[in-house]
Formats: sequence, C-alpha cells, structure tokens
Amino acid sequence: MIKSFITPELMPAFPEISLAIAAMLILLFGISRKEEDYNSVSNLSMLALAAVFMTLCKFCTETATTFNGMFIADAFGAFMKALVVTGSFVSIMLAAKYVERQRIMRFEYPILILFATLGMMLMISANDLIALYMGLEMQSLPLYVLAAMQRDTVRSTEAGLKYFVLGALSSGMLLYGASLIYGYTGATGFDAISTALAGHPAGLGIIVGMVLLLSGLAFKISAVPFHMWTPDVYEGAPTSVTAFFAIAPKLAALALLTRTFMGPFGHLADQWRQVVVVISVASMVLGSVAAIGQNNIKRLLAYSSIGNMGYALVGLAAASPAGVQAIMIYAAIYMVMTIGAFAVVLMMKQKDRMVEQISDLSGLGDRQPLLALAMTIMMFSMAGIPPLAGFFGKLFIFQAAIGSGLYTLAVLGVLASVIGAYYYLRIIKVMYFETAGDDVIDKASDGRLNLLLGISSALIVLFIVFPGPLLTSAADAAQSLFK
Amino acid sequence: MEVIAVIAPLIGAIAAGLFLEEKPAQFLTCALMVVAAFVSLLLFRDICFLGTAPHTITLFDWISSGSLHVSWSVKFDQLTAVMAVVINVVSCMVHIYSVGYMHHDEHKARFMSYLSLFTFAMLMLVTAGNFIQLFFGWEGVGLASYLLIGFWNHKESANAAAVKAFVMNRIGDWGLALGIFAIFMVFGTLDYDTVFAAAASKKDLMVTFLDHQFPALELIGFLLFIGAMGKSAQLGLHTWLPDAMEGPTPVSALIHAATMVTAGVFLVARMSPIYEYAPHAREFITFIGALTAFVAATIGMTQFDIKRVIAYSTMSQLGYMFFALGVSAYGAAVFHLFTHAFFKALLFLGAGSVIHAMSDEQDMNRMGGIWRLIPFTYAVMWIGSLALAGVPPFAGFFSKDTILESAFVAHTPFSMMAYWLGIVAAFMTAFYSWRLIFLTFHGAPRADEKVMAHVHESPPIMTVPLAVLALGAIGAGLFFSKFFVGEARGEFWGNAIFVLHDNDVLSRTEEGVTGIYKFLPTIVGAFGIALAYLFYIRARHLPAVMAGTFGRIHDFLYHKWYFDELYNIIGVIPTFFLGRALWKTGDGEVIDGLGPDGIAEVVSASAVKAHQVQSGYIYHYAFAMLIGVVAIVAGYLYFFRGVF
Repeated sequence: MIKSFITPELMPAFPEISLAIAAMLILLFGISRKEEDYNSVSNLSMLALAAVFMTLCKFCTETATTFNGMFIADAFGAFMKALVVTGSFVSIMLAAKYVERQRIMRFEYPILILFATLGMMLMISANDLIALYMGLEMQSLPLYVLAAMQRDTVRSTEAGLKYFVLGALSSGMLLYGASLIYGYTGATGFDAISTALAGHPAGLGIIVGMVLLLSGLAFKISAVPFHMWTPDVYEGAPTSVTAFFAIAPKLAALALLTRTFMGPFGHLADQWRQVVVVISVASMVLGSVAAIGQNNIKRLLAYSSIGNMGYALVGLAAASPAGVQAIMIYAAIYMVMTIGAFAVVLMMKQKDRMVEQISDLSGLGDRQPLLALAMTIMMFSMAGIPPLAGFFGKLFIFQAAIGSGLYTLAVLGVLASVIGAYYYLRIIKVMYFETAGDDVIDKASDGRLNLLLGISSALIVLFIVFPGPLLTSAADAAQSLFK
Repeated sequence: MEVIAVIAPLIGAIAAGLFLEEKPAQFLTCALMVVAAFVSLLLFRDICFLGTAPHTITLFDWISSGSLHVSWSVKFDQLTAVMAVVINVVSCMVHIYSVGYMHHDEHKARFMSYLSLFTFAMLMLVTAGNFIQLFFGWEGVGLASYLLIGFWNHKESANAAAVKAFVMNRIGDWGLALGIFAIFMVFGTLDYDTVFAAAASKKDLMVTFLDHQFPALELIGFLLFIGAMGKSAQLGLHTWLPDAMEGPTPVSALIHAATMVTAGVFLVARMSPIYEYAPHAREFITFIGALTAFVAATIGMTQFDIKRVIAYSTMSQLGYMFFALGVSAYGAAVFHLFTHAFFKALLFLGAGSVIHAMSDEQDMNRMGGIWRLIPFTYAVMWIGSLALAGVPPFAGFFSKDTILESAFVAHTPFSMMAYWLGIVAAFMTAFYSWRLIFLTFHGAPRADEKVMAHVHESPPIMTVPLAVLALGAIGAGLFFSKFFVGEARGEFWGNAIFVLHDNDVLSRTEEGVTGIYKFLPTIVGAFGIALAYLFYIRARHLPAVMAGTFGRIHDFLYHKWYFDELYNIIGVIPTFFLGRALWKTGDGEVIDGLGPDGIAEVVSASAVKAHQVQSGYIYHYAFAMLIGVVAIVAGYLYFFRGVF
C-alpha cells in the first residue's frame, strides 16, 4: 500500500497528466495576457488536444493499471478517449465564430473544455468507484459553467442552473448507490467488487446500489427517465456549448457505463439487463415520439440524442463482446453525425442573426444546395437509411441484441427508429419542399464549419466503402474488456 | 449472323423508345427490320436447303445455381429458321406499313419501339435453347402484346382489353410454369437437348401431382399445352383475342394473327420428342383444337366488326394447327402456321387499309360499294380470302388440306371428330370470308356521304407491304409444300421434329385418302362461297330471315357462346368482390386502421403528451428522476425477485 504511494507508475496516465499540465499552463497564459486573447488560447487548446491524441496511440495495445489499481489504461479506454478528444477538439473548432458573434469570447471557454475533457478521460479510465466519482465531477463542473456561459441571458443561466441542480441530484443517487455497493461488498475497486460478486446470487442491497449507480450514469447520457434536463439545457445553452454537450460527454459517460457494467458487475448481467432494457426502450421511444412535436432544432437534436443513447444501451443490454463493439461503432458514428448536424445548426443565421427554428431551413434546397445536401446526408444517416453510416451503426447494435437473444428489444428498436425517421425526414422535406419567404439562411462565412461539415459528410457516405479500420479497432478494443 | 437477326429489333426498340424523335425512329426500326428479315431469309436458305448443320450459339451464362444452369443462347435449327422467317418478314412488312397507318398518331416512336420490342421477344422465344429463355420470350411477347393492345390508352375499352389479354394469358402461363417445373423435376435440367434426348427413357415414369399418380410425360405435355392454350387463344382461354382487336390494326396483323398467337403451336412442335410419348395429351390437344376450329368459325359467321371476323378466323385456323399437332402431323401444323402468317397478316393489313379508307370505320354494316374506289385493297382481300378458304392453288389450300388429310388418316375417334369438325369449319370459313368481302366492298354504300367522299386508296408505303404478303399468300403453299409436308420433308426438318414411326401420318396421306375425301375440303369451300354469294348479293333478305327463324341459335352464336358472360359470373365478379373486400375492409380498415394510420395517431398523440410533460420546472424534473429510480427498483424487485 505505502509503497505504491511513494512511486506510482505514471506512464499509463501519461495523456491525462499531459493534458492537466497543458490546461493549467494555458490557463496561466490566458491570465497573463493584458487583454482577452480568446484566439490564442483557443488555438493552444486545440494544439494540446491534438498532442494528447497523439500520445493516446501509444497506449492502445496493452492494458496497464496504476494508482493502486484505481486507474486503468487499455484499448477500450484508448478508443473512447480518442473519440472524446476528437470531439472536444472539434467543439473548440466549431465554437470559434459563434462565440465571437455572441460576445462570449472569454478565454476560459476553451480551458473549461480542456478540464472537462480531462475529467472525461479520467472517467473512461476509472477502475474504482472513487475514481469514477472524481472523474465524473471533474467533467461535470466545467459543463455547468459552460452551460451558463452566456450569463447575461436568462435562457443560458437557467440552463446552467437546471443542469447543476439536477446534476447534483444525480450525483447524490450515484453516491448512494456506490456506498451501498461498498457496504455489501466491502470494496470500491472494480476488480475487488468483481471478485466479491462472483459465484453467488446478488443480494438486495447490491441490486439497489447497482440501480442507483445506473441511474446516476443514465443521467449523464440523458436516458429516460433521467433525461428531462436535456431539451431545456440544449435549447438554453449557447449553441456551440450544446454541440460540445452532445458530442463529447455523452461518449465518456457511455464508456464509463459500459466499463462499469461489463467489468465489476459483469457477473450480474442477467440481473441488470432487465433494467437496461427498460431504460433503453423508454429512451428510444421517447426520443422518437417527443421529437415529433419540436419546432426548435436544438430541442429536436436533444431528443435525437436521447433516442440515440437508447440505441447504444441496446448494445449494453446485449452484454457481449459484439455488444461492446457495436456500442463503440455506434458512438463513433453518432459523434460524426452530431458534428455534421451541429455544424449546420451553427450556420443557421438570417441577416446575421442566429435562428433555431426548423422552419427557417425552408427553401435551403434551392438556395444552398450543397449545405442542404450535407444536412440531408446527416438526417438520412441518423434515420438509419442505407447505405449511410448511421444504418450500419444501428445494424451492428441490433445484430448484437439478436446475438444475445433479445429479439423483442431489437424489434422495438427497429420500430422506434421507424417512428424516429419521421422527424429526420421532416427536416429534409422542409429544406426541399417548402418554399422560403424572404428570409433564407445566409451564405456560410466560416470556412472551418464548411470543412467540418464536408469531412463528416464524407465519412458518413464513405463508411460503407472503408468500414475496415473502425470495425477492427472497435473489435480489438472490445476484446480488452473481456480478458 | 444469327445474333444479328435477334439483336437488331432490340437495338431498334431501345433506340426508338428512349432516344429518337419520330422520323428517325421510324426509319431506324424499319431499316433494322429489313436487315433482320434479310438475314433470317439467308439463314433459312442455309439451314433448310443448303444443309448447314443446326447449331446453338451460347452468348453468356445467365443463372448458375446448384444443379440449375441456364445460359442465353441462340439456337438455330430448321424449326427456328422457319419461325424466324415468319417473324422477321411479317414484322418487317408491318413495320413499314405502320409508318403509313400511324401517320396521324402522336406517339409514333413509342409505337415503333413496342413493335420492335415484340419482335425481339418473339425471336428470343423461338431461338431459346432452354426453357427459361423460352419463358423469358413467352412473357416478353405477353408484355409487348399488353402494351400494344392498350396503345391507345385514352380509350377505356383498349385498357380493358389489354388487362383482359394479360390476365387470360396469366392463366395459361401458370400451366406453362408448372410444366417447366415438372420438366426440371423429372429431368433435372432445363436444357432442350438433354431433355429431348432423355424423353424416351422417361416414358414409363410416374409422378405424383395433386395427390394422384400421372405418367410424367403426359403431365408435362398437358401442362405445357395449357400455356399454349392461353397464348394461342384455344377454346376456354380464347376470350381475350377478339377483344385484343382494340389495338391498332398493324398490331393485330403482327401479334394476333401471324406470330404471337402461333407461339403455342411452335411450343408443341418444339416439344415433339415429349409429345410423341404422351398420346393422351395429344388426344386432348386434338379435341380442344377441333372444338376451337368449329366454335370460332360459328361465331365468325355472325360478327359485323371487320377485325373481329378476322380474329375469329385466326382462332379457328389455330384450332386446325392444334389438331394437326394432336395427330402428330407437326410438319403440317407448322406449314399451316407458315402460310397462315402470310395470308392472315395480309387480310388484317387489308382490313386496316379499308378502315383507313373509311375514316376509321370498322362496322361492316356501314360499308359496302367501295370496291371500285380501292381496287388494290379489294384485290389483296380476295387473294387473302382465297388462301384462307383453301382454294387451289393459293397457300391455304396446301396446308389446310394436309391437316385434314392427316386427321383422316390417323383414324382415331378424336381425329375423326377433328376431321369432320374441320370440314364443317372449312365450309363456314369460306362463307364468312366472302360474307366479309361482299358486305365490305359490294352492294350499295351504307356509309354517309362525308365518309364516302373521303374514301381513297392507301399510300404506297402501305400497299407495298400488302403486295409482298400477297405474293406469299399466293406462292408459299405451292412452292414449299414439298419441303414442309411432302416427300422432301425428311431432309427439310432434319432432327428438329421427332415423330415415332407408327404416328407418322404424313407418310400415309397419299394412299390413305381416296375418293371423295380427297376433294371434300375444296367442295365445301366452294359451297361456302356460293352460299355467301346467295345471301349477300342475290337474296339479301335471307340473312335476316335466317336470323329470325333460328333466333335462339343466332343469338347464341352472336354472343360468342356466352363465354364472356360465363367468365364474368364465375370469375370476374367474385374476384372483384373479393378484391374490394380485401381492399376496403381488410387493408383500409383493419391493416391501415390498426397499422400505419392507427400507429401514426397514437404517435402524434403521444408526442403532444411528451411535450406537455416537459414543463420546464426543475422540481418536475427532479420528481421524474426520483420516481424513475423508485419505479425501476420496485418493478425490478416485484417482477424478478418476487418481493412484496
């Protein structure tokens, strides 16, 4: 015990340590400037994230634990961290013009993203209930601040506050669950919990603790019934922040959920599967149905992300290597689609003023065919229409479910995705078949948005041609959870 | 060369249908058909007279699955060569004729494209080397026929006729498809050569069908003949053919007289190695063929639409061909197919010329007295009718005589029935042919003055094809009878047609038919002409008297033996009733109501609900989370642990 405190192995946590140091240095740099220097800080942050991304590759082949077993670096973690870091990088890139226009060009913005990213990486690598909670809070706190970034508007502050209060409630539930688990197993480390739970049926206390833990994490991925903050926060927060919310933290929480339930609670899969199925079905159905009534595109994307997390949970319910692989593929594709969709949302301005209504998109097919085409690709992909990537994401998920004998769940998922197709297709219909009045979307002025939109469209379309890299790396990474 | 003869019409069809304006489309399709016709004449000469060996050119593989191997191929033997000549020459004439006939139509390119498409499909049918390609061609001609019958799709009746033709043919195709399945089951292959070679070895094989034991070859023969009945309008599946006259007249000439309707005859002739071992199936063919020849002729005597009369005569002549097939006189059947193609296409195109002259009038009650005005058309109609009635030395005499003699020589109960019905039908054929000529061309004009003033001979582009076909109607019998059915038939047919020695009736017609029987067909034909002359020139009140005296019989014939009415009651009305019930109640109310519509309603109602729950109050949200946890834990404990 004592020995490991003296000389902890630092190398497995090298990316996290580097990011922490970089974030603090950039913070110092930002403070030291006489004037607000958003652009330099933003560029430095992106540079730091790019560097961290590079270092991740070093750790994607073998598994190592450190800090007395609280921290684990493995292929699964490397894969999910790569997604998260990419997501954060893109989020900073997406924000550039938007924060300038909304007058929230504070240099803390990218730094908060950096710290949140650090928290997410710690979450992904958590191998202990305490490390889990620490990572979770580390990512949550910057997010609360970010949501309220535009503090002179009511909507933004309201969003930040709601998120904070409900987030605190969820943390409470999670901690309650963690303490129950500790109480019934006598351990906080995942490996020790796993050993304690092996071989005999779980007691009531364990079950209740597990459900509470699941609830706390389900809040983070906004699964039903812990989803209600999502539409309000998505709508209220500045759009670039919403994009970040949708892209990165969801993936980190999903990774944490997967690691926790496949790892220490892996023996109890038959126990928690029922709960996951219920949450998953509720998310898929609500995500599809409630989105139909939305007119605000950010709210619509909020429901869309609720639904998407429902599909990802189908993969978790499968509780098999195929299921984990499907989750990872789904997460990667979901991230690309979300980036593309938010790039379009960030381009939605009329007469230099941001707009958010779906009806504002009308006539886009005539006026800006390329933009409309890119959005069409995103929407078709989210609706799961072949041959776009979104179809394959769902396909692998449902295959995994069927592989584990969850036929009803797969059928319900397909039905929900049929209902969900309605509102995705509605956006396409608005763009191509409804004529615009005088107000149409301005020509895009931000080259970075165009670039991101182009890349994500290409990835979605070309996935069918080059599926190999994603499939094999996801398969390898999934294996690392089932040693 | 073989490939050119088959592909040229396809090229024409695609180019005219998709790319070309009307003038280039007409020119290109006609030019390609001239090439195809010329090439097939050369092939006919090479294979049937110069002794080039029959051969099959495999173009490429089509299906290769398990033990099933099917390829696209062009098989040219004597039978194919004869069919190719008939198809390409008549089609070529019809193409050229159509340029004049469809002069006023707005969709010339589409029309030419369909004609060429039909020709291609028909060629695929006759050049097939396996049953799948045969079926492809078979369905292809059905499709082209459907498109062409309904070509004037603004006419309600044309659409109805097109649908009727399609549906009736579907019933026949059902038999054909079952027949092909049976062949695959029995022989394990669908390749002609392999099947024919193995046919003799299967003659005692029994198979179970519908829970009964049948001789395999009898069953196959019977099922294939059902397909032939549909396509060739044999009694029972014939009602579509008269209605098909709703299509433009060149279509009737090409598809519903010369080529497509003879596909059934070709099919049975091609399958001679199978039918030779299926005597009962042949008896059935004889029976149906003879009845068709008779029934169609009786109806033809009472009709007034000029095209319908010729349509019934076509049906009647197809009946002759089938009973020839039934008595194993395959050569005679194909010979009659060959001569009939010329004189029947001639009659149809002649009728088209009359219709053209009479400002689109088809009712013979409103014609008459025009023979001086359109002398050329009048002459070719005479030639066509003489050939049809079997007057020597016109083409029909040789082929029809041979058929009747074959039936006589075969001397079985069915063949004798066929012989006598055939003799009666020959009499009626002569009668209605001259009834048509007298009503159309002679007597006082019954059309109004405006129409009469406008009567004119057709332009050369229509009369030249008539002249070519007239040459065929005059000479085809005289020139070719030696080869098709005479002493040179052995060398002519080669291995294309297989006849068991005991069944070879054609070799016995010389000594087997003697005395009065040798001249009976010609005599009854002359009587028929004389009777028509009496009825429609000398004593014009007689038809009305006859119709009055034999009112019941006349009504029965005039209403085509009430086949349409019968089918309407047993087939069409119940089907419509069932269809409506399934559509309105089954699909509309049950499936849509519970399915798409119902779900959509539930979904949009729930969307509103979901919207309302999202109140914006933080304590609602927190409440939902807590209740959610409690519900999940409680539900879990209740359902899976049995607590409480």
